[in-house]
Amino acid sequence: MYGWLAVYYRELLILKRRFPKMLASMSVSPLLYLIAFGYAMGKTVTIQGHTYMEFLIPGLVAMSSMTRAFGIGSEINISRFYWHIFEEFQAAPINNISYALGETLAGMTRAFFAVVLIILLGLLFGVVLRYDNPMFWLAIFLNSFVFSSLAVGLAMIVKSHADQAMLTSFVITPMAFLGGTFFPLSRLPVWAQNILYFVPLSHASKAIRAASFGEPVSLPSYLFLAGTGAAFFFMAVCFVNRARD
Amino acid sequence: MIDFKDLCKEYGSISALRGVSLHVPKGEFFAYLGPNGAGKSTTLRILTGLTKMTSGEAYLNGFHIERDSLQAKRQCGLVPQTINLDQELTVYENLNLHGLLFRIPARERAGKIHELLDYIGLADRKGSVVSRLSGGMKRRLTIARALVHSPVILFLDEPTVGLDAGIRRRIWALIKKIQNNGTTIFLTTHYIEEAEFLAERVAFLDEGRIIAVDTPEALIARQGTWAIDRVVDDDIKTVYFKTREEATQYSAAREESFSLRRVNLEDAFLALTGKKVK
Ligand SMILES: Nc1ncnc2c1ncn2[C@@H]1O[C@H](COP(=O)(O)OP(=O)(O)O)[C@@H](O)[C@H]1O
Ligand SMILES: [Mg+2]
Repeated sequence: MYGWLAVYYRELLILKRRFPKMLASMSVSPLLYLIAFGYAMGKTVTIQGHTYMEFLIPGLVAMSSMTRAFGIGSEINISRFYWHIFEEFQAAPINNISYALGETLAGMTRAFFAVVLIILLGLLFGVVLRYDNPMFWLAIFLNSFVFSSLAVGLAMIVKSHADQAMLTSFVITPMAFLGGTFFPLSRLPVWAQNILYFVPLSHASKAIRAASFGEPVSLPSYLFLAGTGAAFFFMAVCFVNRARD
Repeated sequence: MIDFKDLCKEYGSISALRGVSLHVPKGEFFAYLGPNGAGKSTTLRILTGLTKMTSGEAYLNGFHIERDSLQAKRQCGLVPQTINLDQELTVYENLNLHGLLFRIPARERAGKIHELLDYIGLADRKGSVVSRLSGGMKRRLTIARALVHSPVILFLDEPTVGLDAGIRRRIWALIKKIQNNGTTIFLTTHYIEEAEFLAERVAFLDEGRIIAVDTPEALIARQGTWAIDRVVDDDIKTVYFKTREEATQYSAAREESFSLRRVNLEDAFLALTGKKVK
């Protein structure tokens, strides 16, 4: 089981080396959203008794923790198809759980930094929410676990980097916009709400938003995220073997 | 030490290996010689756990590579055909990560890494980022990395491809030194000189089959000792002789100019497969 530490440690070393660049690139899109939607348009809009800026920040937290956690898939792809570093793991005496766990944690770590960054950007705009609420962090933890596991699993079965990019455009980007990040799902038609109920990000943004406002959270959302995460992680472990050609 | 029987590998409709069997005893320097696409890498990738075999049986130091895969992996080090170092990390970090993956205790790991860095002559570069190293240095580092967990078997997949002659000889010396320390060496190559110079035994691999296994001397002796190359039409025809006298007699009887040379492994390969290694 110790192998996960080696896998995770490698990702941390790489993260450390790229940290300044990564922070810079991670802050661009949230900053643009905050300026375009929150600042320019949000002055007059209130949703559910909060300014639009206050509504938007938890949405961005949910969205960024998803996209950054999912981003570990691209990293694995580059190291698999381009650098062949994945072979070093395949030839090592570590089991599939260790590998999947190490990479999943690496994705979650990236998500964590992205969240901290958004909180700091929010401070710039004078928004402080209930970041001391453990349920806020638990929802982020589960959300990043879901998408990091999903990414690790998919990275094991895709055949090229282009496939990976396609998954991001067709799965992650639509979810990022429709998963309750920029507007409440209650504004959509009922049939759309019913579909989006099965999208993990909807639960994550709902939970993260409620927790950050200090409002009561819905336990089923947490259970849904935990269950989906566990299923995706199990899938990732099974798929590690498929990467052997 | 290395044992496999009837290894087969199919990629869809392509048969990369069509039933290869081999026994390599402890401490031997063994070379797997064959042209591009013969199945050399596929064999190594199967033995080291990177690729699944379609059928067959294989053991490394007595450990079954599928049923006992973690133990089997501890027995061997792999120097893959494409360099797969972490280019963004330093020399030391690359070696250290390998040690962590193989669960070498911290104190032992640091000692071993410094020993290996001296061994490959990269001690003064331990803090350098890998992407800044030369091709030869990266090769040596890849070899050192495969040794961090002190394997009893070292697999090298075309370790000198793309290196110039001087650096190639340096790598040869390094691999020879590793064998002298008791490690069993299994090297693949499509360079005749490499197999001839280094190996105690050679297998000829062609289209997924082993055509012959023997010492280089014995494989060569099957053809003769001396060879004469004649230009006939647009081709070169080679005639083989047991002794130098026979060869000179043959050329004395003819008008054209000849080149007399010693028989090499290329001749042996050509005679058995009808094609050149390269
Ligand atoms: N991943 C793969 N998918 C499909 N065919 C492959 C794959 N890897 C190797 N092959 C095929 O298997 C054969 C043997 O390849 P390989 O073992 O790499 O040869 P060598 O190392 O001797 O040059 C070749 O025909 C090659 O095209
Ligand atoms: Mg090859």
